[in-house]
Amino acid sequence: MFGVSESLSRDDVAKVADLAMLTLTEEELDTFTGQLAAVLEHAKDVEALDVDGVAPTHHPYPLSNVFRADEVDDPQVGDEALAAAPAAEDHQFRVPPALGEEP
Amino acid sequence: MTEVEQPVSATMLSSWASISDVPREQGALPDGWEFVIGLEVHAELATKTKMFSPARNQFGSPPNTNVHPVCLGLPGTLPVVNGFAVELSIRLGLALNCTVQRCVFARKNYFYPDMPKDYQISQYDRPLNISGWVELASGHRVGIERAHMEEDTGKSTHVGASGRIHDAGYSLVDYNRAGVPLIEIVSHPDIRGPEEAKAYVGELQAILIAIGSSDGKFEEGSLRVDANISVRPAGSDELRTRCEVKNVNSLRSLGRAITYEGKRHVDLYEAGEHPRQETRHWDEAGGRTRAGRSKEQAEDYRYFADPDLVPVDPSPQWIEEIRAALPSLPRDRRIALVAMGADAKAAAIAVDRDMDGLAVEAINAGADPGRVLTQVVNNLAVDGADTLDSHNFAELVKLESGGKLTSTQAKTVLAEMVVSGRAPTDVAIELGFEAMDSSSLESVIDGLIADNAEEWERFVGGDDRERGKMQGFFTGQVMKLTKGQADGKAVNQILQGRRNRQ
Repeated sequence: MFGVSESLSRDDVAKVADLAMLTLTEEELDTFTGQLAAVLEHAKDVEALDVDGVAPTHHPYPLSNVFRADEVDDPQVGDEALAAAPAAEDHQFRVPPALGEEP
Repeated sequence: MTEVEQPVSATMLSSWASISDVPREQGALPDGWEFVIGLEVHAELATKTKMFSPARNQFGSPPNTNVHPVCLGLPGTLPVVNGFAVELSIRLGLALNCTVQRCVFARKNYFYPDMPKDYQISQYDRPLNISGWVELASGHRVGIERAHMEEDTGKSTHVGASGRIHDAGYSLVDYNRAGVPLIEIVSHPDIRGPEEAKAYVGELQAILIAIGSSDGKFEEGSLRVDANISVRPAGSDELRTRCEVKNVNSLRSLGRAITYEGKRHVDLYEAGEHPRQETRHWDEAGGRTRAGRSKEQAEDYRYFADPDLVPVDPSPQWIEEIRAALPSLPRDRRIALVAMGADAKAAAIAVDRDMDGLAVEAINAGADPGRVLTQVVNNLAVDGADTLDSHNFAELVKLESGGKLTSTQAKTVLAEMVVSGRAPTDVAIELGFEAMDSSSLESVIDGLIADNAEEWERFVGGDDRERGKMQGFFTGQVMKLTKGQADGKAVNQILQGRRNRQ
């Protein structure tokens, strides 16, 4: 993506919108370019701080190693989920042909 | 945020540029060319439940029966890490000589029906295991860049179009596999040919099975390999365009796919063209790779740390507990056998067949290491060999070493021992392979010498060639008279002894 120090262009926003499969109008592109640029400006302020020796924060909660035991709990929701799907066949979800290949 | 801004390929590129100098494999490419190969191996972890949900991790269930709201990507659900999957991943990291570190889960964003929440939880810039190595039976070391945790995707089956224009076909999706814990093992591009690639994946498979992290079954999709393949003029250190070949589902396919792809690259270069950087798919039936997406259409997965999950930070104590509980790895087992006097190649075969324990016990019981390994390699690649009692096996090898059984008899006795579990002497007596002591053998030979004076003269006085012929004659006669029970080596010794006395 883009570094904090680079300025954000309208093309960058269009590209991100495309990757997220969002269709934006010209006005929306302008609006979001401005808003996202402001967010990045704020990140720049943070970048100006001296954080040498400060451990990176990966999560706002000061927690780690939140695990569950490897024990089966099977709520049997398959049928319900299939019944709620727009289309199903042979106990599988029927979806439109995938464009392109699996990533 | 800074860490997620790193381009996805930064680590791959740096490793791609740090290739150690290893000899190339002969014969796989036309003269003057060599392979540069890096592999990404995905292994499904042997847990009871999925990576982030308590649904069953089980192969072969009816479609969409091992599903949970979390792996269906339903709104409002939250993932919770399976602690045992982390332990199995740390086991692998330690077995691959990696540094195990505090790590973070990241979202890999893409749209495809096999991933209902539109991202796959993986690891990106802070993987669990980094910077390790694997030593192959050949002694060559392949560097491990990283081995990170992630979740598997669902399985889609494409139902073909009927041929009519508006019926473009559709896909059926089964989410039983979605969320199954995976470890992805990324090697450095240290692999120099199809055989070495197979040896590397075989070694990973053996390690995964030994430490209990995965069942390692290619046929059930527990192991899957993507190969990054390029070629270059032999001996150069340049790095040329690589193609990523996917859909390689067995060791044999891996060898074929690499050979095909390498030759394709060489043909292109020799025709003055060059390969495009792209993903290609191995077509097993056609024996070829086919172009897929072009890598130039940038894979931009917009990775970022998953806010639903807190970091995994294995304590040094936990890591050491896991390390202490690791079993002997294939490499250690090969080294142990070689230290006991076994040939390196034979030791590798014995470990590969999981017969090294038997060999070690037999050697410890006093059997000759060379003969033990010869029996294991040549005569024990059979069903039921793993049930063989090590003391009986040691006795058999001792009978052979002591000349009480010929090698042919030993083989026959061993086969019967595998089937019946009986002791070697009992089997030998029943089969009429009673020990032929050397005095009776001597009298047989003396009788033959007396009856075949002319041949004996030719043996004693002839040139090397003549002597060899006559030795064969006498040995054959002895075998005929003893119904094959004499030891060829002992016959030879007695013949030479008689000749020297003349």
